[in-house]
Amino acid sequence: MTLVLQGIVSGLLFGGVYSLMAVGLTLIFGVMRVVNFAHGDMMVWGMYLAYVLATRAGVDPYVSFLVCAGALFALGLAVQRGLVDRIVDAPHEMQILLMLGVALVLENVALLAFGPEPTRVRSPLASATLWLGPVFVDVARLVTFLVAVALTTALWAFLFRTDLGRTIRAAADNTYGALVIGTDVRRVYAVAFGVGAACVGAAGALVSPILPFQPPTGLSLSVASFNIVIIGGMGSLLGAFVGGLLVSLAESLGAVFLKPSLKELFSFSLLIVILVFRPAGLFGRRSA
Amino acid sequence: MSLLEARGLSRSFGGLQAVAGLDLTVGRGEMLGLIGPNGAGKTTVFNLLAGFLVPDAGEILLDGRSIVGLAPHAICRLGLARTFQIVRPFRRMTVLENVRVGALARHPRASEALARARDVVAKVGLGPRERVPAGALTLADRKRLELARALATGPALLLLDEVMAGLNPTEIETIIGLVRSIHESGVSILLIEHNMRAVMALSQRIVVLSFGERIAEGAPVDIANHPKVVEAYLGEEYVRAAPA
Amino acid sequence: MRWALAGGVVALLALPAVLSSYALTLFILIFFYGFLGQAWNIVGGYAGQLSAGHAAFVGVGGYTATMLSIELGLTPWVGMLVGGALAALLGAIIGYLGFRFGLRGFYFVLLTVAFAEICRVAVSNIDALGGPLGLYITFTGDPRQFQFQDGRVYYYIALALMLVATLTAWAIERRRFGVYLAAIREDEAAAEALGVNAFKYKMLAMVVSSFLTGLGGTFYAFYLFSLQPNTLFGIPLSVEIIIRPIVGGAGTLLGPILGSFILTPLAEVSRLYLGQGGHHGAHLIAYGVLLIAVVLFLPEGAYPRLRRALARRAGETR
Repeated sequence: MTLVLQGIVSGLLFGGVYSLMAVGLTLIFGVMRVVNFAHGDMMVWGMYLAYVLATRAGVDPYVSFLVCAGALFALGLAVQRGLVDRIVDAPHEMQILLMLGVALVLENVALLAFGPEPTRVRSPLASATLWLGPVFVDVARLVTFLVAVALTTALWAFLFRTDLGRTIRAAADNTYGALVIGTDVRRVYAVAFGVGAACVGAAGALVSPILPFQPPTGLSLSVASFNIVIIGGMGSLLGAFVGGLLVSLAESLGAVFLKPSLKELFSFSLLIVILVFRPAGLFGRRSA
Repeated sequence: MSLLEARGLSRSFGGLQAVAGLDLTVGRGEMLGLIGPNGAGKTTVFNLLAGFLVPDAGEILLDGRSIVGLAPHAICRLGLARTFQIVRPFRRMTVLENVRVGALARHPRASEALARARDVVAKVGLGPRERVPAGALTLADRKRLELARALATGPALLLLDEVMAGLNPTEIETIIGLVRSIHESGVSILLIEHNMRAVMALSQRIVVLSFGERIAEGAPVDIANHPKVVEAYLGEEYVRAAPA
Repeated sequence: MRWALAGGVVALLALPAVLSSYALTLFILIFFYGFLGQAWNIVGGYAGQLSAGHAAFVGVGGYTATMLSIELGLTPWVGMLVGGALAALLGAIIGYLGFRFGLRGFYFVLLTVAFAEICRVAVSNIDALGGPLGLYITFTGDPRQFQFQDGRVYYYIALALMLVATLTAWAIERRRFGVYLAAIREDEAAAEALGVNAFKYKMLAMVVSSFLTGLGGTFYAFYLFSLQPNTLFGIPLSVEIIIRPIVGGAGTLLGPILGSFILTPLAEVSRLYLGQGGHHGAHLIAYGVLLIAVVLFLPEGAYPRLRRALARRAGETR
């Protein structure tokens, strides 16, 4: 029983990161109807960046996550401006192939640069634990959760309380209308993509002390993101947030009852079930 | 027995009742006009008849046979073809290839279908532009292509959705002539139109829809001055102003 | 054009007489990946349903034939067909789930990837199938076991496979099946309104494609004498399968072949020069960049562009 409780707590805490990751993906999709197939691979780059900063500059990932967010923001901006922007009017297959190409490049450059061995970032918080009643909690996980939630809240504030944020939401809601009123839609797209990437940059850094990672991890993270976003509803921020917690919980409980190597099997099967029964998810609207 | 009979047709979307208990018949060889203000539910009726939407209630009989719940491709093969309000050409195919897709419904052999397609293309006046990719056509030609494609499937009943929309007066006159000649060749037609000149010129009978219900039906001349029609299009105040 | 093609085929038939054994291997790979690419082309190019999990069919085909050979002593010549049939069954399941439930574009891609990964993880965890280390085939050199001493036999088999797939695609292209697939690819709803049963034709394309791909699995297994789940079901193989037709021209008859002739030598070269130290990531980076470049600058692929350029030249010389 404690094992189950433990699973629930760990799952919920890890969910903060999943939520942040999913919110980034759903933002990109909601604004430009682009599915970022490279989402997981971008997050892995966030992780490696945190790793480099930790080992070369001695910066703790719980501080460097801001830098990682910034770097990934720049990457997202570059990808959008340089690549995605050019095929806005092209058929959807083209956009899928493009992002697949980006994913391939990101994953394999990481492979070339860092090798295939799994790594983890050392953080002084990583070994500390707390007791919360019958369950123990990694301090690292707790901090990760709190920071992730803080970031998601900040993002929410940005989107709902600032002018630029409102413009982004307007463009997501009705691109044509936004164009008509003079919105610089290309700029909005670039910012949205950048912010979406920044989310996983931060998420990657935050999770680097608690999750061992290697370049192929990108795919499983992408799949997890898609799972969450499809459950929660493509384009729905609230859906992504809630979905992140739910999926993390499900995976965590799954790990309690199943062999670890079957965890991937579980995720992919879940994805198929969701795909077949989805249509709009919990909160989202039908799209694409 | 009429060619098409719809009874008690209803369809709602969320809270909006788009079509409410509609009865509609199209006789063999008839040209029926379907008019009504924007949002009256006309295209929804087409989508219901052609199988793109499933009705919440009601029956649709094509040649005495129920077609409710059949897929669009099955309904097409039973003899009901439709065009789309916003034309949907197969852009990367040529005019001829586009029409061939339709012709294959009746002529499964690719070579026969091509021959039939050629005939239909000539009939609608696109002969000289047979080999032009559909994406490069003008709007008026795309409308003709849409018509030709549907015609190539050899329908008994053709549903035309605002085929005149977006055309200039000269083009409209040409299309009117084309629709008339299609009708004269034996195809029954149900047309949705906003262009009153076209509707009045072509229709033998007109059905008027407003808020998903039939509010009037009759010969063109009777419909033009029908108080309910005036009210639906222009509002109450104009009813009294209409000539008796 | 037909004469050029016929001449090309004859040349390919005669080639082994003059090729070194290394060049022979290169051509075998060109034909084999050309074959897989053409098989994919039927559903991914002609029908426009992007599948990024075709490796699953290679895996199912290969493992089936291998297990039948090891456990029942069944000759792979027959095992190949059984493998193809099972792959076709998997294709039918994926197709049904995808097409019946309206999964298009990105959703369909995800579905195919999910199935491929499930197969990969499942097979890795089943010891009877060799687990993560996979299966090995003992060398006997017996033709009845689909093993040949002479590399040239593999050459002709691979060439035959590529020709079979191409003839299948050609047969589809010129009949109603092909015209309907093209219509579905352009605008499925409009096609439905013209009497095209989109579900049926997409399913057919999927089944044909997966059957052919499954056949390839047997060749792969018996040519390399080993199978590992990560290789046979993995995403890198799926990428290898789709990149050639995409670069060469998806939905065209010669696109996958042209793509293979262009990319396979390049991949081998990069493997030689950059593959030092086991970093085979390098050629995948090249693939990623190529994919991006094709989408941005040559979306229909090399072959249509080439054909237009040649037609223009022919027009000028008149």
